[in-house]
Amino acid sequence: MKNGLHWYKIAAIVLLLLTCWFGFMGQVPRLVVLNESIRNLYFHVPMWFGMVVILGASAIHSIRYLSKPDAVTDIKAEETAKTGLLFGVLGLATGAIWAQYTWGTWWSSDPKQNTSAIALLIYLAYLVLRGSFREDQQRARVAAVYNIFAFACLIPLLFILPRLASDSLHPGNGGNPGFGGYDLDAQMRMIFYPAILGWILLGFWITELRVRVKKLQLP
Amino acid sequence: MLTKAVNFVSKSASLKQYLLLVQHEFTAEWRQRNALGGVLLYVISTVFVAYLTFKRVDPLTWIALYWIILLFASVNAVAKSFIQNSPGRMLYYYTMANPISILLAKLTYNILLLWIIQWIAFVVMRVLVGQPVQDVFMFLLSGALAAIGIAASGTLISAISHKATNQNTLMAILSFPVLLPILTLEIKLSKNALDGLDRFVSYDELWSLAAVDVLVIGVALLLFPYLWKE
Repeated sequence: MKNGLHWYKIAAIVLLLLTCWFGFMGQVPRLVVLNESIRNLYFHVPMWFGMVVILGASAIHSIRYLSKPDAVTDIKAEETAKTGLLFGVLGLATGAIWAQYTWGTWWSSDPKQNTSAIALLIYLAYLVLRGSFREDQQRARVAAVYNIFAFACLIPLLFILPRLASDSLHPGNGGNPGFGGYDLDAQMRMIFYPAILGWILLGFWITELRVRVKKLQLP
Repeated sequence: MLTKAVNFVSKSASLKQYLLLVQHEFTAEWRQRNALGGVLLYVISTVFVAYLTFKRVDPLTWIALYWIILLFASVNAVAKSFIQNSPGRMLYYYTMANPISILLAKLTYNILLLWIIQWIAFVVMRVLVGQPVQDVFMFLLSGALAAIGIAASGTLISAISHKATNQNTLMAILSFPVLLPILTLEIKLSKNALDGLDRFVSYDELWSLAAVDVLVIGVALLLFPYLWKE
């Protein structure tokens, strides 16, 4: 694998510079309660998109490992899962800060807050599982199995449960209008979608660096 | 991977082998009645402790108690399926049968075991703490559906943690977060049944629970052969 400055790294830099510049300086609609905090949309929401995409990538690495065992694929699966976990923690943190300023508390037992906390528990358990093997190949195989199973459990957790919940403070749930309705104007969309892509690409970049370090440490 | 697994199943798994293994599960369990009795006594004594501390409980606490007791009892019961087996016996199974049949046999046994545990817990709770549930049929039906999912993920997790060094801790930390989607749906369903709401209110959750069950069983069947070969 080439280790130079790939196209996606350049894209990540450009997209995130744009996100930060327009995210902080651009026009946003003036809304009650939300006020300027609506800018957090460019940072909080992409963390969740990023987490799901990156954890999905990790599950794909695990599937690849099971069909063709290889130490590097296992490293990729582990490091991708760690990046996904990082995105999850950041998503929870940015969400909690946002909630403090709009809903009044850091944590309000919102279904989405709860399910994402559970998702983090699942992946922390994955890391603990990895730590409890003595033999490398066995660890890789069993961890791959758990990783795929965990991602399968994540789908109902993140996509079915919050929708069934009747009491949620998030937009688009529990009778609240979705962000798409009237809050999100055309200009915000122009920044929001590139921001999602930029953060995801950054996630893959972080992963790639860590994979390279781990590969050097291989016996 | 999918086609490989499907071929694998059709080639070597047979109904006869499956039935034989199920029968074997029951005889093996019957030979060590202590373990089975332990699980049942666990349920009864936890309910009794709950009764002594709470005496009378309001319906919401009742549901919470019921499911906390069942969660721990179920995980303990299902954990036995691989964790306590000796390596020698696993090797013996490995030479005799194909992994899909083994998983299905364990799963069948575990589902039946969890159903029995649930019914016993329900009866004991009813006698000691009272029984506020209005729609008993719906309550038991949703409980039975949840038991299928718990048994399926528990069996796979037991097989996963059986390979590791700190088996019992891993069983708990790996299975609880994975079981939470099933439990959340189930608690909502049993709350509806408790309040005796019209049954169509619960259909959404009931279907989701069934879908989660199918998903978990499917994934477990696909993944188990990879755990099995050593």
